[in-house]
This record gives sequence, structure tokens and C-alpha cells, in this order.
Amino acid sequence: MIPVTKVEIDASRMHYTPLNRRIREAIASGADEIEIFGVLGQRFIADGVRGDVTIRIHGVPGGDLGMFMSGPTCIVYGNCDHAPGNTMDGGRIIIYGSAGDAVAHSMRGGKVLVRDSIGYRGGIHMKQYQDKCPVLVIGGEFRSFLGEYMAGGLILALGDPAKMSRRERGIGSGIHGGRIVIRGSLPDDRCLGVGAAQRPLSGEGLREIVPLIHEFCGYFGLDAEPLLADDYTEIVPSSSRPFANKYTWE
Amino acid sequence: MTIGSVPVRFGISVDHSRCMLCGRCVENCPYDVFRKEGDTIHVNSRKCVACHRCIAMCPRDAISIREHPVDYRSHPVWTQEAREAIYNQARTGKIILAGMGNAKPYPIIFDSLVLDACQVTNPSIDPLREPMELRTYIGKKPKRLEFVKDGDSLSLATPLAPNLMLETPIMVGHMSYGAISLNAQKSIAMAVREAGTFMGTGEGGLHPSLYPYQDHMIVQVASGRFGVNIDYLERGAAIEIKIGQGAKPGIGGHLPGEKVCEDVSCTRMIPVGSDAISPAPHHDIYSIEDLKQLVRSLKEATEWKKPVFVKIAAVHNVAAIAAGIARSSADAVVIDGFRGGTGAAPRVFRDHVGIPIEAAVASVDAKLRSQGIRNEVSIIASGGIRESADVAKAIALGADAVYIGTAALVAMGCRVCGTCYRGLCPWGIATQRPDLVARLDPEIAARNVANLIHAWTLELSELMGAAGINSIESLRGNRDRLRGYLLDESIMRVLDVKPVGA
Repeated sequence: MIPVTKVEIDASRMHYTPLNRRIREAIASGADEIEIFGVLGQRFIADGVRGDVTIRIHGVPGGDLGMFMSGPTCIVYGNCDHAPGNTMDGGRIIIYGSAGDAVAHSMRGGKVLVRDSIGYRGGIHMKQYQDKCPVLVIGGEFRSFLGEYMAGGLILALGDPAKMSRRERGIGSGIHGGRIVIRGSLPDDRCLGVGAAQRPLSGEGLREIVPLIHEFCGYFGLDAEPLLADDYTEIVPSSSRPFANKYTWE
Repeated sequence: MTIGSVPVRFGISVDHSRCMLCGRCVENCPYDVFRKEGDTIHVNSRKCVACHRCIAMCPRDAISIREHPVDYRSHPVWTQEAREAIYNQARTGKIILAGMGNAKPYPIIFDSLVLDACQVTNPSIDPLREPMELRTYIGKKPKRLEFVKDGDSLSLATPLAPNLMLETPIMVGHMSYGAISLNAQKSIAMAVREAGTFMGTGEGGLHPSLYPYQDHMIVQVASGRFGVNIDYLERGAAIEIKIGQGAKPGIGGHLPGEKVCEDVSCTRMIPVGSDAISPAPHHDIYSIEDLKQLVRSLKEATEWKKPVFVKIAAVHNVAAIAAGIARSSADAVVIDGFRGGTGAAPRVFRDHVGIPIEAAVASVDAKLRSQGIRNEVSIIASGGIRESADVAKAIALGADAVYIGTAALVAMGCRVCGTCYRGLCPWGIATQRPDLVARLDPEIAARNVANLIHAWTLELSELMGAAGINSIESLRGNRDRLRGYLLDESIMRVLDVKPVGA
């Protein structure tokens, strides 16, 4: 077995630029595990960072964790501010807690797994291309405009349907690719956004999400059985061209 | 038949005494205006868009095109455009999309500004025998310089922000692959490399065949984030965040699925045939503080090695917006005036939203100076720059450099027919149809664009020399080199120029 090269960083009172410099230096020197302690609101951690490395983050990272990131796995032992996984290209972000708004904004590859809840506009404008299919899994609740403008990828919301708020609106509004799968179903059709439709998830669709449920439960030490036993709904585009009938030419 | 046919926009006639039946018009017209039957070329004028491809290709000058061969009853309020827009919307009930820039006959402020020249009070300079400094640096300039003395040597202690070095203050603005063809982008890329300047990629990613020119490319990050990954950001010489566009301020973009072919799909990183929708806002920017965060995220991702520009449309509060941008860590603000071109924009936006670049640049420059932060950002003016005089005037009003767009396309053959949205551009520019794209030879088109930039640069040095100025920095913001000719007092106050004779 190849020995693990681990680097520890004390980020307390450190600005994000020197912190990221330390991360890049550690990766360049061959570290395959970086453990950062004392994180308190530093933005842009692992922004644009490449490589096959696990970054363990203790504390609460600021906005845009793993933005443009391509490859690493970030594990956050705490909550996240807004937009973890923003325009992320590849890798994983695993959050042992909740995250703010615009989680996985424009993500084009990799996985973001949130144990608890997320804010507004989760998975907005996610897109997929060839072998790149981004995945966002949410263990708790989500707010309005989940999957807005979604162009590709998969959002899986595993929260307890009994706790789902009826007030959230605009779910999947403007969706023109990809799908949102939620446990149970939206409590009210009025929660659906313009151009989105919901339908029961087929057996085949369910088979596709089973490994994801196991993966999610594996990370967070949860029991997969009740999740697997439940029914699911998928929210998909009602048309692939939501804006096609708005215009005429001069 | 309530509305019936509207009159043809263009009437075509073929002079059969000159026509030699070579059929080039038939081959060249992608709109199927011409057909050959027996010994005669027949025309269908209704299909004509006045792209002039047939005129350019006819070896005998046998074709003529007349605009509006059928007049409506003339009326100063109910113009032909007004009436036809109503017919169109009465039929369809939809938003009208149109191509190219603002088509309303608003007065052009550039044309009411005149430039200065020396006579006997100070000497004019002959650029043939005197060096003319046109080199322009885009990016933050330090407020002051500090040095450390080490024995006899002196070294700079102030850290310098990355700047772009331009050999001429003329760049080519962002026109995406998708909006224009790969051959058109290649032509521009070769031209800017030769001219020592830069071009924008637009929001369409960077095609691998443009990698050799990446040191001369400004990569764009727009709200759709198409083609944006760390590799793309690192390839660019600079990064530009597109907030708004002069042709359609405040709204997003929409590349229809039919234009997303195999190659366009690979640079935008979306499936073939899918709509590429850029939302109106960036969904991680909901305030000026959030903009700062996006600017810094791009700098952090590229380790603070690249200048980051922010492009906004010229709108009413442009000066206050630019002042916010100057404080966001951005290195340059691009201001796109309401004459900026586009492949397609809602007509109502193209013609009615935004303000002219002349007023926008002058007010942004004045605001930044009044706040003591003009050195924090460079100003790039764009939207309706048609000739070297416009470049000189924009710089005298406070710009550091300009972006040209339509002018570069015209240099490649574009006739400004404004039909870009059909995707059938017979000049191989605004199309992805392989046979049409092949009509544009990048070697030749690059030569044309480079010639244009070279010629404007020569004219600019002549204009500067005549004004007794030998460095572009002495022209920048130099309002005294301008006079307003028949401009009203309030506009002259905004521009901060005196009237002719004063």
C-alpha cells in the first residue's frame, strides 16, 4: 500500500489567498490528504484546484468552496456558506451539515452531497456534457427555485416528504435538461416552476438512484433502507425549449 | 387575408443585356433569391436581405438592389418600421428579435465632436520622423511607487498588478463561437496577434484550434458559464465577466439549439441541439458585494495572475455602477454603448434601452477621477466605434482603449444586413453551415482585419501628431482636444467639453 502523505494546516486567522497557496503547495509536493483546522468563513477554499487529493475542512468555510475545482474531494465537518461547488468541474464536496444558497450553481461535473438542508436556488443552471454529469444530493430540505434553468445533471432530494414546505415555489423553473428527483412528491403543483412537470419515478429511474442513495448513506452513516423503500417523483422539463415560442423575427 | 402581404423590402433587377448566365448569383445566394430557368436568371425579391453577396460575385455588374421599391404613404410618425412591426406582432403575438445594433436614427454624438490640431502656438508632430507612443497598458496602476535601496541599486517595492500590454488601443470585442463561425474567430485571432492586441472569446468557450492564439484572448465568463472551467480560465490572457451587453442591457442570451452543432457543443460543453440559455443575472451575483466575490473567485482560481475585466451595458447609472466595479478588485471596466452589435436581440431592447457610449465613458471617467480611483481600473469603450476618429474621441473622453466588433466583421466582408439570426450568413461569418463557413478564408480575412487595425493606428498617430501629442496617455481624458459642434449645453456638461469657438 502506498503511504498517505498528509499535510495539516492551521487556518485560524489566515486569509483565503495564503490558505489556498498552502493547499496548492501541499498538492504540488505530493500530499494526498490535507486537513485544515480552524476554518472560519474563508471563501474560495480549493478554488480552481486540481488533483487527486482529499481536503478535510474543520469549521465553517465561506462562500464558493470548491469553485472551478477539478478533481479533489472536500469533506466539510460543519456547515457551508453559499455556493459550494459553484461552476465545479469534477471532484466531490461532502458536507456534514447544511449549506447556503446557490449550492452547485452551474456545476458541470462531480458530486456535491449535503447531509442536511440547503438554501434557495440549489443546483441552479447545472449542465452536463458527454461523460460529465453533475450530481447534487440533499439529505434535508431545499428552498424555492431548486434546479432553476437546469440544463443537465441530477439533483436528488432525500428529505422527509412529511416535512416538505408547501411554500417553496419555482421548483425547476426554466428547466430544459437533466432532472430533479425528490423523495415523495411536491406537496402542491403550485410549487412547480414554469416549464417544469412532475411525474412518478419509473422503476428504471429508481434503479439509477439506488447506488447514489447507498453512497450518500455510506458517507453519513445513515440507514438506506427507509429511503429505498419510499416512492420518488422526478421533475423534468415539460419541453426542451422553454423559450422557443416567445419570439418572432424582424 | 386581413393584413396580406407587406411590400418587399428590396427589389432586385437583373440587367439581362449584361448577364452572361454564369450562375454565380444562384450558387452564392443562401436565401434562394435567384434561379436559372433556360436562358434567364429569375429572381424572388421577397427573399432578399441585401447581404450583397450576389453584387460582390457578379462578374458583369448585372445585378442591382433597390431598398423599399414600394413606398408606403409617407408619414413622419407611422414609419414603415413602425407599421411593419405592428403587422408582425398582430400576426404572431410575439417579441420581435432583430440583428446587429441599434437601428433608430438617434443623433451620433461622435459626429458632433471635432478634434483639435496645432497651428503656430505649439508644434505639430510628424509621426514619420518622431516616435509615437500608442502602447497601452490595461489594468490597475499603483497610486504611488515605493523603492528600496540596496547599496547602489534601487528596486521597486510596490507590487504591480498584472496588466495587458497593447501595441495599439484597439481590441476586438467579444463575439462568441456560435454567434460567429470558427473561421471568423480564427481570422480575428490571427489579426490581433499580428497587431499586438487582444480579442474576446465571447461566451462560447475556447475552441482547441484557437489555443495557439490564447495569449491574445480575453476569455469571457457570462451567466450561463458555458465552456468555463479552470483550463479555460488559465488559457486566457485576461478574464472578462459579462454582466451586460449594449445591444440588450438587462436581459440574458439565448443560442437556439439549431445553432449548437457538434463543434459548438464541444466548446460550450453542452449536448448537440440543446438550447444554450444565459440567464439575465449571474445567479451568484445579487449585489455589488457579490460581484466583488465573483471577481475575486476568478483571481483566486488563477492565482492572481490574470487581469479581470467586468463588462456592463451603458445605462442611466453607469457611472455609479462603474465606481462599484472599480472597488471590486476588477482591473478594467468595459462599457458597451447602446449601439453595440449582436447576432440577435429583442428589437425593443436593441432600439430603446441604454445610453450612447460617448456620454457613458465621459461620465464614468469623471466619476472615477472625482473619487480618486481612476487608477484602479482601465476603461474600455465599445459599441458603435466605426473609424479611427471615433477611437480618438473615445480616448479623449476618458477611455483607455476600445473594443471594435461590427467594424472587424465589416473588414471580413459583412455588409451589415442584420440577418445574423438566420444563421445563413453568405460571407461565412455569422453561420455554422460548413459550405458557408468555408467561404471565409482565415488567412485573407485575418489580413483584412489586421490591415484595418493597422490603418486606424496610423490615422490615430497622425491625429495625435496634428494635435501636438506624442503619447496616447496625453490624449486620454484630454477633453481640451475636443469641441462640441451643435451639441446642447447639458450634453456638453456631461461630456465636459467646450463648444466650438470657445
